[in-house]
Amino acid sequence: MKRILSLLAAAAIFATTSAQAADITLLNASYDPTRELYKDLGDGFAAQWKAKTGDTVTLNTSNGGSGAQARAVIDGLQADIVTLALAADIDAIAKTAKLLPDDWQKKLPEASVPYTSTIVFLVRKGNPWKIKDWPDLVKPGIQVVTPNPKTSGGARWAYLAAWAYAEKAPGGNAGKAKEYVANLYHHVPVLDSGARGSTITFTKRGIGDVLLSWENEAQLALKESPGQYDVIYPSRSILAEPPVALVDKNVDRHKTRAVAEAFLNYLYTPEAQLIEAKDFYRPRDPVAAAKYKSQFPNIPLATVESDFGGWEKAQSTHFADGGVFDQIYQPGK
Amino acid sequence: MSAFGLALTPMKLRQRRVLPGFGLSLGFTVFYLTVIVLIPLMALVIRPFALGFGGFWTEISTPRVLASLRLSFGMAALAAVIDSFFGLIIAWVLVRYRFAGKGLLDALIDLPFALPTAVAGIALSTLYAPNGWIGAILIAHGIRIAYTPWGVLVAMTFIGLPFTVRTLQPVMSEQSQDVEEVAATLGATRLQTIFRVVVPMLLPTLLTGTAMAFARGAGEYGSIIFLAGNLPMVSEIAPLLIITKLEEYDYAGAAAIGVVMLAAAFVMLLALNALQAWAARRR
Amino acid sequence: MSGKFQNPTQDPLLLRIFLSLVAIGFVALFLVLPLLIVFKEALADGLGKAFAAIIEPDALSAVKLSLLAAGIAVPLNTVFGISAAWAVAKHDFSGKTILVTLIDLPFSVSPVVSGLIYVLVFGLQGWFGSYLLDHDIHILFALPGIVLATIFVTFPFVARELIPLMVDQGRDEEEAAISLGASGFSTFCRVTLPNIKWGLLYAVLLCNARALGEFGAVSVVSGHIRGQTNTMPLHVELLYNNYDYVGAFAVAALLALLALLTLVFKTILEWRYADELAAMHRH
Repeated sequence: MKRILSLLAAAAIFATTSAQAADITLLNASYDPTRELYKDLGDGFAAQWKAKTGDTVTLNTSNGGSGAQARAVIDGLQADIVTLALAADIDAIAKTAKLLPDDWQKKLPEASVPYTSTIVFLVRKGNPWKIKDWPDLVKPGIQVVTPNPKTSGGARWAYLAAWAYAEKAPGGNAGKAKEYVANLYHHVPVLDSGARGSTITFTKRGIGDVLLSWENEAQLALKESPGQYDVIYPSRSILAEPPVALVDKNVDRHKTRAVAEAFLNYLYTPEAQLIEAKDFYRPRDPVAAAKYKSQFPNIPLATVESDFGGWEKAQSTHFADGGVFDQIYQPGK
Repeated sequence: MSAFGLALTPMKLRQRRVLPGFGLSLGFTVFYLTVIVLIPLMALVIRPFALGFGGFWTEISTPRVLASLRLSFGMAALAAVIDSFFGLIIAWVLVRYRFAGKGLLDALIDLPFALPTAVAGIALSTLYAPNGWIGAILIAHGIRIAYTPWGVLVAMTFIGLPFTVRTLQPVMSEQSQDVEEVAATLGATRLQTIFRVVVPMLLPTLLTGTAMAFARGAGEYGSIIFLAGNLPMVSEIAPLLIITKLEEYDYAGAAAIGVVMLAAAFVMLLALNALQAWAARRR
Repeated sequence: MSGKFQNPTQDPLLLRIFLSLVAIGFVALFLVLPLLIVFKEALADGLGKAFAAIIEPDALSAVKLSLLAAGIAVPLNTVFGISAAWAVAKHDFSGKTILVTLIDLPFSVSPVVSGLIYVLVFGLQGWFGSYLLDHDIHILFALPGIVLATIFVTFPFVARELIPLMVDQGRDEEEAAISLGASGFSTFCRVTLPNIKWGLLYAVLLCNARALGEFGAVSVVSGHIRGQTNTMPLHVELLYNNYDYVGAFAVAALLALLALLTLVFKTILEWRYADELAAMHRH
């Protein structure tokens, strides 16, 4: 038995360390909707890296809810880089497992956020319920599909977008916002654990009248099934900032620091920014932004920094155990 | 199913240990059991008690955790009752009747056991979603199954069926039919015979099968998450809440629910042992 | 059977028809329909597309991983099952009841808990996580973790089939062989093994089916790296979440075919070796 276990372990070591020299493998732990994005970016980077160094880079990506992915890295998933839905999940890796420094967000430009997104409404073709803005979501009989904010990053952005809208609406305040958000979640029939699960529930299963979705995920749904859905931009939404980071301890162990860093820097290059814009993420680069201008309507966006006092505060107020989100689901509230 | 009954086999105290290999086989058994099962389970049990019993109690006494436990065990109990009712009919039909295609029916019973739960999950959700074959018919009558607590029930019923049928079948086929003849001679109608004589005789076996379907259903995860709405307090099963807690980095909370489920599993095993003892006495 | 003098142990014709229809209807609705929908969805875009989804490299690596994990877990559990059955059935010792109950425990533990316990032991935040990482040994999110979770969920299968069978067969034959001077090992190979071979095969078959299909436990420890740590059921989930509906159902259909194949083998086993199996199930 012992021998078999150590054989197994040896096999596992072999599998993870054999790829070296001219064959480099990077593991990217990412959130749900980025499957297509990181496939394209991985291919783009591999071509560039091969031309520069002659080495072959393969980017493997593991997808799941943002919280689930952070949990896996904390438990020892050997990811070289993490590209998650929000800073709080990478903060958790830094705090709980100390795999990267607390100030990881300072290591890359734009607070380590190479592209942004926002939260939009996806409705069925022709918008039968005339859903135009946030107040329409809580009308009687409307069903809203959104994932579980406890585990999904996109859901946390959607929650904060709803909150920011209600708080900043004429006559709005924190109490009103809480009331609105509670009301909104009582219109939710299914809480999937990740953004992609919710999209499938809404599109394939025909559940709900509106999907609160990442802009990129909504655009992708339009592309995958043309003529079935409309994207609605509410009057206000939130600037969703999905950050990227190097997992220091893991890259040092794998000796992949140079290539992993190069990949993260590549995300900011004009070439990569065009790929990101093509896959419906709002680029930072002005050239890419100009080229895809029509794809990203300009609406007022709240930010976590200015409206919620940063992720640490937003996380502990709203999503921590016993936080505002938990209170919504207390009986009698 | 059968191993449970073993404890009751009377100890035959003849010459002791004439057969060799006792030390080796028992040693390996205990070693393997300890490494694979006991030590990891120990890690589970210890974790939530890091904060003392009070800490453990705080973790599991939140309304959300209690609601998920109620849903998992409640629906599993209901599913087990449905399974034992239909399991009784199916086993009866398989044992007592002859008809074309019986062999096929018999073989199909084990499908939920052999079919991976994830496959069952996506198949059931495709069927029962409002735009699915069954869902569309039900929705026309105002009944929603998918993404409600009833979705949990459907998945658990699917998973548990083989356990009731397969427990009843061998006992039924061995049961002597003399009593039925006696009852008939004494003037009982066939239905009276079935409900007053046959079913009571099968009761311990029926309960054993029900308990096994219950144990399986309460722990089920794969097929349910695709079909239930996963709403806190409404359609969130306990195993899903374990995963959710884990993804919130709440290891103690996840382990606490795990400990409750483990304790329930252990109690079920003891109950099964007792049921088997009863069944053995009845036969 | 003539209409007037009916056999007292036979149900009236109407009741027979009714019960048969209930049984067939329930099985059709709950078991056959989900199976049909899997194949229907898999073939929605034609056989070619379905086939392409199965021979695509990530799918093949999932098939390979599943086979490898089952290929390690099933033999280990088989050796364990035989050893446990030999110790329990052929020897007397105190604590036997507890041992057998503990062997059965993984059967009623939720798959999610089965995954969780290995996270608590081998995870970076668990008992041995940092030690293992410092020595570059990867258990979680790699093959060993998947194998361990698979072993746990299929742990009791072989033991629980063999123990009652070997108890039933008694010890006389082995004792005779030993007293005639045969060694323990050759007694086992020449006497015990031929007696249990079909029961053993049956247990291995069921163990293998469960090992290939496990979802919940493996999902917790896998890490979901496409093409590397995704088993077949996890690959189904991944494709399902990837807008690749046909692909998901194609791989699901492959798993369903494996399940059906298991049922066919099981039926053949039951049919050909009915006596030995009947003896086993009499308990």
